[in-house]
Amino acid sequence: MKKTVSKLIITSLLVFVSVVSIFAENQSSKEEGFNPTPQILHHIADSYEWHLWGSVSIPLPVILYSEGNWDIFMSSSFNHGKSKIIIGDRIYMIDHDHTSPTHHQIIEQNDKKFTNLSITKNVASMILSTLLLLFILGKTSRGYKRKQAAPKGLQSFLEPIILFVREDIIKSNIGPKHEKYTMFLLTVFFFILINNLLGLTPGAANVTGNISVTFVLSMFTFVIITFSANKGYWKHLIKPPGTPVALLPIMIPIEIFGVFTKPFALMIRLFANITAGHIIIFSLISLIFVASNNGENIVAGWSVAPISVLFVLFIFLIEILVAFLQAYIFTLLSAVFIGLAVKEESH
Amino acid sequence: MEINGIAAIGAGLSAIGAGIGIGMIGGKALEAMARQPEHSGMIQTNMFIAAALVEGVALFGVVVALMQG
Repeated sequence: MKKTVSKLIITSLLVFVSVVSIFAENQSSKEEGFNPTPQILHHIADSYEWHLWGSVSIPLPVILYSEGNWDIFMSSSFNHGKSKIIIGDRIYMIDHDHTSPTHHQIIEQNDKKFTNLSITKNVASMILSTLLLLFILGKTSRGYKRKQAAPKGLQSFLEPIILFVREDIIKSNIGPKHEKYTMFLLTVFFFILINNLLGLTPGAANVTGNISVTFVLSMFTFVIITFSANKGYWKHLIKPPGTPVALLPIMIPIEIFGVFTKPFALMIRLFANITAGHIIIFSLISLIFVASNNGENIVAGWSVAPISVLFVLFIFLIEILVAFLQAYIFTLLSAVFIGLAVKEESH
Repeated sequence: MEINGIAAIGAGLSAIGAGIGIGMIGGKALEAMARQPEHSGMIQTNMFIAAALVEGVALFGVVVALMQG
């Protein structure tokens, strides 16, 4: 056992040294290597077509509403940003100006205002995940209607998870009034979970890593907290119990600030965790392309590939844990905040 | 101040904060679980809550770094 371990260490050190010497050979040529950043950012951003692999992509419909006219066309009409679409008196094109804030977005040349309701990659992925959720959870709930003795199949797999969310997250944090909020919290848990997990599959869209999506989810929590808060909650904002009067000028702005920072932190936490995970995975795969200088140095590429794939596998397992954990944390913190808002005064 | 790569340094610094914070939380949680194994479930739950809050703050730093660089 000890002999094989030391042999393994020596062989891996030799591999590492040989790989490093190949890197040294590339650096002496003093030219810009392959920059993986644009590709990585392209993969985690939203887009008007669903890029699968190589040059295979599914074009998605672009739906624009401008001054009473619905302009609907496929995104392939843009020809990767080279063509302009002329419908009536409106000319649409993809903005190529690197300095403008609407870079890579659809603009209208005659400065007409339009609303962009397109089915982008994230929207299409959300529709798919919603249909998947409806199918899975619908099948589970129909199983309960049949009133069989013991659940089997999909039902038996989901029942512990649903019970865990309801007992440990919702009931224990909200208390007696948890019935009203169970629907929302269970939905948010499964929505975030399935979108996190789907985002890890090849060719998937980065839904929960899109800040607009997480903004809407945290907005739901904020609205629910605000509209279900009882008088005790608002009184606690103005006068937190147990603070000396001298501290009130500091506590009141902090408490009011806290009303907004708590949902804001929910949004940023989910967005940054998922996006950072995807960026790490893409960066480690890009190591292969950086080492082989985008196809020039095949030997270096092949020698880095096993190390890169091993690291990516390790990060992937962590990302599956993060997918569950982030869904759990979002639901848990939403339940805690709702519980704080509806808590009965205990004297 | 136009220093190339300072955004990456900022992200790295906030990662140090996250590492120290979550390491301390994990360490204290393990100590507590060793002292009272019958309460492991509750300790683990609270450990996850505290770790998520600490990580949220560290990720603020990462987001600012992403916006800058």
